[in-house]
Amino acid sequence: MDARRGSLPVPRVRQVGFFTPNAQPAPTRSQSGPPDSSSPPLSDSPASNSLSPVMIPPPRHHSDNLAAAPRPTSPLPVPEPSPFRRRGADNNNALLVGSYNPAETLLAMSPSSSHVGDGESEETMSGGWFRRSNSGKLASSLPSGTFDFSPVQSTAEALKPNKVQNPVGISEVSARPAPKEQQPEAPSSSKQPKPKLTKAERRALQESQRAAKGGGKSVAAPEEVATIKSVKQHQTQKKDAPQVAVSVAASERKGGDKSQEKERRKDAPAPRMQFDDKSRVEKAKRRSVVDQTEAKKRVELFRHLPQYEHGTQLADLESKFLQLDPMHPAIYKVGLQYLAGDISGGNARCIAMLQAFQQVVKDYSTPPEKTLPRDLTAKISSYVSFFTQCRPLSMSMGNAIRFLKNRIAKLSPSLSESESKSSICTDIDRFINEKIVLADRVIVQHASSKVKDGDVLLVYGSSCVVEMVLLHSHELGKQFRVIVVDSRPKLEGKALLRRLVAKGVHCTYTHINAVSYVMHEVTKVFLGASSVLSNGTVYSRVGTACVAMVAHAFRVPVIICCEAYKFHERVQLDSICSNELGDPDAIGKVPGRMDVNYLNDVSNSGNLQLLNLMYDATPADYVSMIVTDYGMIPPTSVPVIVREYRRDHLLI
Amino acid sequence: MKEQTTRAMWWRSPSFILDNRQQAQPYDTARGGALSIPPPPSTAMADPNPNPNPLTDKISAYYQTRAAHHGVVSSDWLAQAQAAVGHIPDVDDDAANSDQGAPPGEPFSVIDEFNNWRKQPDLAEAVAAIRALAAVIRNSQATTMMELEIELKKASDSLKSWDTTSISLTAGCDLFMRYVTRTSALEYEDFNSAKTRLIERAEKFGEISYKARKIIAMLSQDFIFDGCTILVHGFSRVVLEVLKMAAQNKKLFRVFCTEGRPDRTGLRLSNELAKLDVPVKLLIDSAVAYSMDEVDMVFVGADGVVESGGIINMMGTYQIALVAHSMNKPVYVAAESYKFARLYPLDQKDLGPALRPIEFGVPIPLKVEVETSARDYTPPQYLTLLFTDLGVLTPSVVSDELIQLYL
Repeated sequence: MDARRGSLPVPRVRQVGFFTPNAQPAPTRSQSGPPDSSSPPLSDSPASNSLSPVMIPPPRHHSDNLAAAPRPTSPLPVPEPSPFRRRGADNNNALLVGSYNPAETLLAMSPSSSHVGDGESEETMSGGWFRRSNSGKLASSLPSGTFDFSPVQSTAEALKPNKVQNPVGISEVSARPAPKEQQPEAPSSSKQPKPKLTKAERRALQESQRAAKGGGKSVAAPEEVATIKSVKQHQTQKKDAPQVAVSVAASERKGGDKSQEKERRKDAPAPRMQFDDKSRVEKAKRRSVVDQTEAKKRVELFRHLPQYEHGTQLADLESKFLQLDPMHPAIYKVGLQYLAGDISGGNARCIAMLQAFQQVVKDYSTPPEKTLPRDLTAKISSYVSFFTQCRPLSMSMGNAIRFLKNRIAKLSPSLSESESKSSICTDIDRFINEKIVLADRVIVQHASSKVKDGDVLLVYGSSCVVEMVLLHSHELGKQFRVIVVDSRPKLEGKALLRRLVAKGVHCTYTHINAVSYVMHEVTKVFLGASSVLSNGTVYSRVGTACVAMVAHAFRVPVIICCEAYKFHERVQLDSICSNELGDPDAIGKVPGRMDVNYLNDVSNSGNLQLLNLMYDATPADYVSMIVTDYGMIPPTSVPVIVREYRRDHLLI
Repeated sequence: MKEQTTRAMWWRSPSFILDNRQQAQPYDTARGGALSIPPPPSTAMADPNPNPNPLTDKISAYYQTRAAHHGVVSSDWLAQAQAAVGHIPDVDDDAANSDQGAPPGEPFSVIDEFNNWRKQPDLAEAVAAIRALAAVIRNSQATTMMELEIELKKASDSLKSWDTTSISLTAGCDLFMRYVTRTSALEYEDFNSAKTRLIERAEKFGEISYKARKIIAMLSQDFIFDGCTILVHGFSRVVLEVLKMAAQNKKLFRVFCTEGRPDRTGLRLSNELAKLDVPVKLLIDSAVAYSMDEVDMVFVGADGVVESGGIINMMGTYQIALVAHSMNKPVYVAAESYKFARLYPLDQKDLGPALRPIEFGVPIPLKVEVETSARDYTPPQYLTLLFTDLGVLTPSVVSDELIQLYL
């Protein structure tokens, strides 16, 4: 994409989003001089002859003064990288708009700024200006390595080099895989000596290759990728000839040599379990507490997701209760509730989990010859894997667990056991309070300010924040109507409808089939989210994308209400690579309607596969606004929140 | 030159014209010299408001200021001024009548100070507010930091409530509060030095805001290439500065100015550009799509830049952006960073409208409704780049900056 645009001016533009870690710092562009004499207003200002921090700094190189030396008339500005794209090492992100002298704008600015005292001299001022432009959020559309466990993103990474630096790029990529794998037919005109790669590099490379294959289907793959793919497939086809891209990816992992596998497991965040990888599934099964029978028939494209015969595990687990001594009863209870579907909804699940952990911590005593932080973390990890077996974790729960582990790891070793325990418990309470309860309250405040008299609001499914928004707006006396759109099989909207009607809200109820029909009278769409990803993609109850798309087509603003702790730095382009499968029978059967249960006898037939997806991904284009506890932001600002408050989330 | 423009502005203010008519002194020649917009016919001046719109009493103060600066005297404004002279003088008329700010003996009023600064035609409203707030710190009798902050807060609130329709005024006040009070100096120094520190910062902020226009003009030079055609909508002092600098840099370009009904701001801009020997063509507002194929880029200013990265600007910007978008022409916005506001309109009607009288030349029957909203909202997807004093930004960075500032 970029290569094609070579001739156009690359404007000196800063963008939110992903930025390449190795953007070339360029010689700064200089174009200032003393302010023009022809501009009258400057003359009466007291300090007009000294440059202010926002002024362009004095010339640094050759063609300097635009006013003095008329530029050679090049019709288009030269595409040179600019100071605005530069990315510095310093993490001074807490800058202000109009932070004209960042060194002193915030209380806790970097200690490195020796010129905090007075930014009066030109040097320091221009320093301030550049620091601001250095602040690391500047741009280029290349993804950075920070999202390293996202396969999709590494797809992009894999695609980029190939596209940008044509044939050389190919040979480079194909010449670089892990040493063991020889290239049978590498299209290498330049046979390079194999560069020595660090572990991390090798891993990144492998991952990107794998992702290139996985993503090859969804991204319109350029030829280069296709080449790699064919090369790779050639290598792997002796193991098994996979038909689905994703399963290619999984089998690829088996192909990697053992030592690498181990390393990867050590320092990378554990990759999601791919359930079409037989050996791993076996291993996991041996370890697991919950004895789940896997579904026999699975939709080919979704084989990598766990799917179990529903209803088989519950009785089994109940019978095992007394044998499972290592499992804390609170954990066990919550796990069962997940399994049975008694607790659902992102916030409810997260709170239940945290409270169970709180119980665990309260009843915890450090075993002899162990330290609390290590042992407790290990315990929590085992509980988490138990929860995962009951129901796959949501991303918000992942964030909460990360927070908890971080707090445990950061415990001061000088604290006694009881002090540590109480400190963890307060941390959990604070997380629940600040990140969920208070956040919801702020979101309700913001979102209900957008509800006007005469509005027709469309909601989909049942999100607790959206419900709070509706009720709060109703309490404020705003005159509006709600259209509750619902879908099979969960029919969560009915419960919401019941609560809204009980409060006296004027409601309409319809199913998602009619959404395009009712959309023309809608003025705003309010949706909840399970998670919001770094590219603005909203990961939410299946059907949300459809509603948002229809709303977009009708030019109806789509407002997503989501707490900031659910933001995740992953990037996802589709809802295939990460999703959750529900009970397939739920969509095959309609309870109480014998006349439409045509599938009763067919469901055992081999040709029928039922797919009950739980989530889908709504592209950022369809989202007008995200309401979070940090205010109302556009979907493009999700990475900003993630970047600025990541540390915050972990430490509170 | 500054003196002169100030005076010219002063001549154009309604109270002056009113006085003028009462004293029956012909100043029209002077007005014609300062500004070649034909003076409105005297019959129109003498007429009461031809448009019996019940909403006229809610006219946006922001647009009144603009009109004062841009030399457009509407008859209904004049009528208002007349009424104000007859009865109790209204805040702004009062200020317009007094030559200087509050005399030293009287208690200091931030509004007076603001109005004083506001009279400079080249000074943006927000900068005037920033200077007025700086004056508040200087004249403060407070003895503790808390007191001073409360006083400042009160002053900024009164400024904001003075004109709730002006986005840049509100945003400028907020930014000032953020910028000035967020300093580590307040933590450990004694009160007096902390106060001088605040004054310094306040002055620096004023200075920076004041220079913003120049910086934007410099940054945007790269985007104006020889032989290009630029479509400009409305009268924006930043855009004028940009074009002025381009002309001074000997760039060859031509400008299409829209007429800019109802206050015909495009006419004024075309006058200014003609003085610079830039080839200018005037279009009526409805001829934008007709001439868009000749245009290489669209340049507009902004009343306010909102959180989504979209802009709020003079009525007509949205439709021009839509036309430009559909013809794949870049739309550039020149706006100072003190116009960044924490607002998030979802659609056109989401913000409170700023009303402005519209004259049609003929009386409009009572039954006919007139859309008097003065500005519209252009969503970010129709904007290409924003030129601000913080650099050249894509629309999505606006929210980045706002988040960093306010959170």
